[in-house]
Amino acid sequence: MNARLVRRLAGPAAAMALLGVVWLLVPARGEAAVEVIGMSLKEMLLVIPPIFVLLGLLDVWISREQLMRFMGGASGVRGTTIAFLMGSVAAGPLYAAFPVATVLMRKGASLFNVMVFIGAWSTTKVPMFLFEYAALGSMFAVTRLLANIPAILIMSAIIARVVSKEQYHELTG
Amino acid sequence: MFTIVFYVLAVVALLVSFGASREKTKKALMKALKAFQGILPEFVVVIVLAGVILAFLDPAAVSRVVGEESGFLGVLAAAVTGAVTLMPGFVAFPLAALIYQQGAGLVQIAAFVSSLMMVGVVTFPVERAVFGTRIALIRNSMAFVFSLAVAGVIAVVLGGSL
Repeated sequence: MNARLVRRLAGPAAAMALLGVVWLLVPARGEAAVEVIGMSLKEMLLVIPPIFVLLGLLDVWISREQLMRFMGGASGVRGTTIAFLMGSVAAGPLYAAFPVATVLMRKGASLFNVMVFIGAWSTTKVPMFLFEYAALGSMFAVTRLLANIPAILIMSAIIARVVSKEQYHELTG
Repeated sequence: MFTIVFYVLAVVALLVSFGASREKTKKALMKALKAFQGILPEFVVVIVLAGVILAFLDPAAVSRVVGEESGFLGVLAAAVTGAVTLMPGFVAFPLAALIYQQGAGLVQIAAFVSSLMMVGVVTFPVERAVFGTRIALIRNSMAFVFSLAVAGVIAVVLGGSL
């Protein structure tokens, strides 16, 4: 149990050590980093709880058979649309998408749909688009959105192609 | 705003779930907590690393490197910067607007924004844990190349210089 705890804490400890070294060597940057870290922590604690609650509910209420029907290999356009919408309406940073992807994979979503979900979460999120629209203008934001949608589908198709069913199976346990 | 929608959604879903089954709702909350605990160390690493990297990012210096006339090298530098940094959208887009005002090219900004959103060097450990090294590597490399392509598309559509 202790060895596990040590292993789990090794990453955060190393990151904190790096922060400490930066702070000692360049105090101004260290302080700036702490400010950013505080902001990110606040974002995490604010945005992430409902995502994990919904994730838990999905895990308990949606059976593997149901999810497979919705987003599995035979779910077709509907499954991909669901994946796209799920990713696009999401709130929160990309790293919050990975635990959701884990549950989707375990419950039998196809790799293609999981990748579409990750792609959508990373770039076609509605709130992000609104920020982009406001900051960089309509032409910029709309052009990027129109380029992103086919790109996500193509990249997901390539990944689904190069990863064999056995490899994907191993991953989902 | 969207966060509020998610809270409302989560609360309504919880109430419906609770009405249907106390047991299952309890189980769902336990699972939520366990999933969060499981990934928390990775989250902390991501957030601390991202903070340190961002602290070294100087908007004025960035705008000089990725200026209107910086060409493909500027696009490449912008894409690399986007890949190694991580920031929420409400920070990223005002920052993009700021470096644009300070002389960064829109084409370079397109590369930066695209790789910022799709490529995650800092989040790689989390991604690898979920998808394995191979998929995570392929996804990130493709996303990086795609970020350069988007810059090209923006150059064509908005007539910026590449």
